[in-house]
Amino acid sequence: MKQDNIRGLKSLICNVSYLISKSLKKMLKIKNLKAEINGKEILKGINLEIKAGEVHAIMGPNGSGKSTLSAVIAGNENFKVTEGEITYQGINLLELPVEERAAMGIFLGFQYPIEIPGVSMVNFIKTAVNEQRKVQGKDPLTAAQFLKLMREKKDLVEIGEKLTNRSVNEGFSGGEKKKNEIFQMAMLEPKLAILDETDSGLDIDALRIVANGVNKLKKPDTSTIVITHYQRLLDFIVPDIVHILYNGRIVKTAGKELALTLEEKGYDWIKEQVDGKK
Amino acid sequence: MKIEKINKDLEALYSANTKDINDYSSPIINKHREAAFNDFKKVGVPTKSNEDYKYTDLIPSFDKDYNVTFKPIDIQIKTENLFKCDVVRLDADVTLLSRGRYIEEKKIKEFPKGVIVASFNEAAKKYPEIFEKHYAKYGDTKDNSLYALNTAMAQDGIFIYFPKNSYTEKPIQIINLLVDEKGFFYNTRNLIIIEEAAEANLIFCDDSLSTGEFLGNTATEIYVGKNAKLNFYKIQNEHNESNNISSTYIYQDKDSVFHSGVYSLLGGIIRNNFNINLAEEGCESDLFGLSLVDKKQHTANFVHVNHSKSHCNSNQLFKTILDDNATGAFSGKVYVAKDAQQTNANQTNRNILLTNAAKMSTKPQLVIFADDVKCSHGATVGQLDEDAMFYMRARGIRKKEAKMLLMYAFANECIAAVKIDALRENIQDLAQRRLNGELSLCRNCSARVVNA
Repeated sequence: MKQDNIRGLKSLICNVSYLISKSLKKMLKIKNLKAEINGKEILKGINLEIKAGEVHAIMGPNGSGKSTLSAVIAGNENFKVTEGEITYQGINLLELPVEERAAMGIFLGFQYPIEIPGVSMVNFIKTAVNEQRKVQGKDPLTAAQFLKLMREKKDLVEIGEKLTNRSVNEGFSGGEKKKNEIFQMAMLEPKLAILDETDSGLDIDALRIVANGVNKLKKPDTSTIVITHYQRLLDFIVPDIVHILYNGRIVKTAGKELALTLEEKGYDWIKEQVDGKK
Repeated sequence: MKIEKINKDLEALYSANTKDINDYSSPIINKHREAAFNDFKKVGVPTKSNEDYKYTDLIPSFDKDYNVTFKPIDIQIKTENLFKCDVVRLDADVTLLSRGRYIEEKKIKEFPKGVIVASFNEAAKKYPEIFEKHYAKYGDTKDNSLYALNTAMAQDGIFIYFPKNSYTEKPIQIINLLVDEKGFFYNTRNLIIIEEAAEANLIFCDDSLSTGEFLGNTATEIYVGKNAKLNFYKIQNEHNESNNISSTYIYQDKDSVFHSGVYSLLGGIIRNNFNINLAEEGCESDLFGLSLVDKKQHTANFVHVNHSKSHCNSNQLFKTILDDNATGAFSGKVYVAKDAQQTNANQTNRNILLTNAAKMSTKPQLVIFADDVKCSHGATVGQLDEDAMFYMRARGIRKKEAKMLLMYAFANECIAAVKIDALRENIQDLAQRRLNGELSLCRNCSARVVNA
């Protein structure tokens, strides 16, 4: 009997610790998420689970809700969550304001990065870095430490001298703005990066640089959501899982081949499949 | 009606003190008083029924019991710790005014190259020819009743004279100190003459160092000579109960450059009137203004630029940030005469409202009679950029901090224009602290007034 008990106990401990480690590995869990803006429902019940170390691609036609999904995860107050939950590393995100989500390691790469004339890029990113450090219980970086960090990370996206002595994104081309997003990501070292159509408006060279940056920043304990309209980016940032978002719902989930299938058959194929069923 | 009582009281004040007002001043100043006071009487203190004062209610400012004196009193202010009280501090030659009087011991300060900084009253006696040539020539008592009141009552202030080709090593800083628990009504009169090809850097500060209600009705006439350059900056840092009305008349001669900024950082009611006359060809005139108002404060800037001749450029950029129940007004009138061809006149007024209760009134005006000109005007009233706020917060920057960054960025466009480096940095620091809520009255100030 005792042996059985010990075996049972061991098994129980194994199961519990497996469950704990499994839930710790769950970076993001979205359950039946519904969200609207100005009374119009955009997300109609999203279910998504992302583990640490994974790269998920979310593809879909225009108007499917891709940007809305990223905005809602980031915490944009213009969108109202009407149902469902979002859990990040076990924490209920919906109770937290934007800046707290960011400070906890969520990074949103904007599709259209904002120009902020008069706010220096250096001041902007330094404030962000030090806010994060504060939340993590670390001391703020000194000016010298910060400039050193900036120099290290700048090379990652080949953005050169364009960053210092400038206002945030002021006078940047589309490609430079996207590179600047990746630079900020490098400075902030997020656990969950959501890249919202980072490839839109980029030529092949810029795309390579951006993708290279993202890949270099990947770690076993970080996750990436790549939101994209086209398959092209996924040649460079290879996803583990591809989801297709259509009309506010995830209608298909598969491995990276799904992206190639989509490229071949186009979004009409999905629309027929989904709408045809109705 | 309150306004009738106010005007009657001012008339009585003038009548009762006419002897004192005249006794201590030079005839050059006195000879303008009667006509000026008659012009004042015709209009009185402007009320909201006066188009130019529609948004600035001066009745509460005037409807108080102020101390006022027309006898020369000896005001001594201990100023060891002056600069602790958020007074602009830089390497400059400082001269102090208080209650409409020049309060330094040395009444006439002579600088190299013939530059003079002196008591307005004393200068009229010592330099009658220069005074006669310029005094009361640039202001208009018929158009501005408060300027008329000043011309009637003013006894002292600052006289600054830069002869031909002169300049000074350091900027000249004039600090108007408001120190008196009881509060007082004062009329400061300034005369600034920058002659041909001279270069001057002048900083005028209004600072309150104690509580007490003040009502200042200041007038400044400035002559900028041929090819002369004047950088003229005004910083107003008073308190909630202070009232500051200023009328500044600038006359620009051929090819002169006037670069100016008014920074109304803190005050109760501030009303700045600027009148720039580009009297000859080739003038350059730039005027920046920044107003930061919260609680129930009010700041109004009224600018009138007159392009009389050709080939002149004028630029105005005025910005206001309004919080709580504050109100503000801006009027920018640019008048381009028929012969003022090849005029370049630009006027921009940008305003940010931080609350629903704050209110800004803006009136850009262009009156153009010439046909070969480039004139523009733009006025906006809005809120802080929401997209920019979200972008910053999405990077972990807290709402309060993000707001500060945006407000400071907005304000800094006007401050960045200041040509004196140390002054610019001072104002940037003061503006940041003002926006942070840190700029407040120094309660423990050791500067106190001692009356003889």
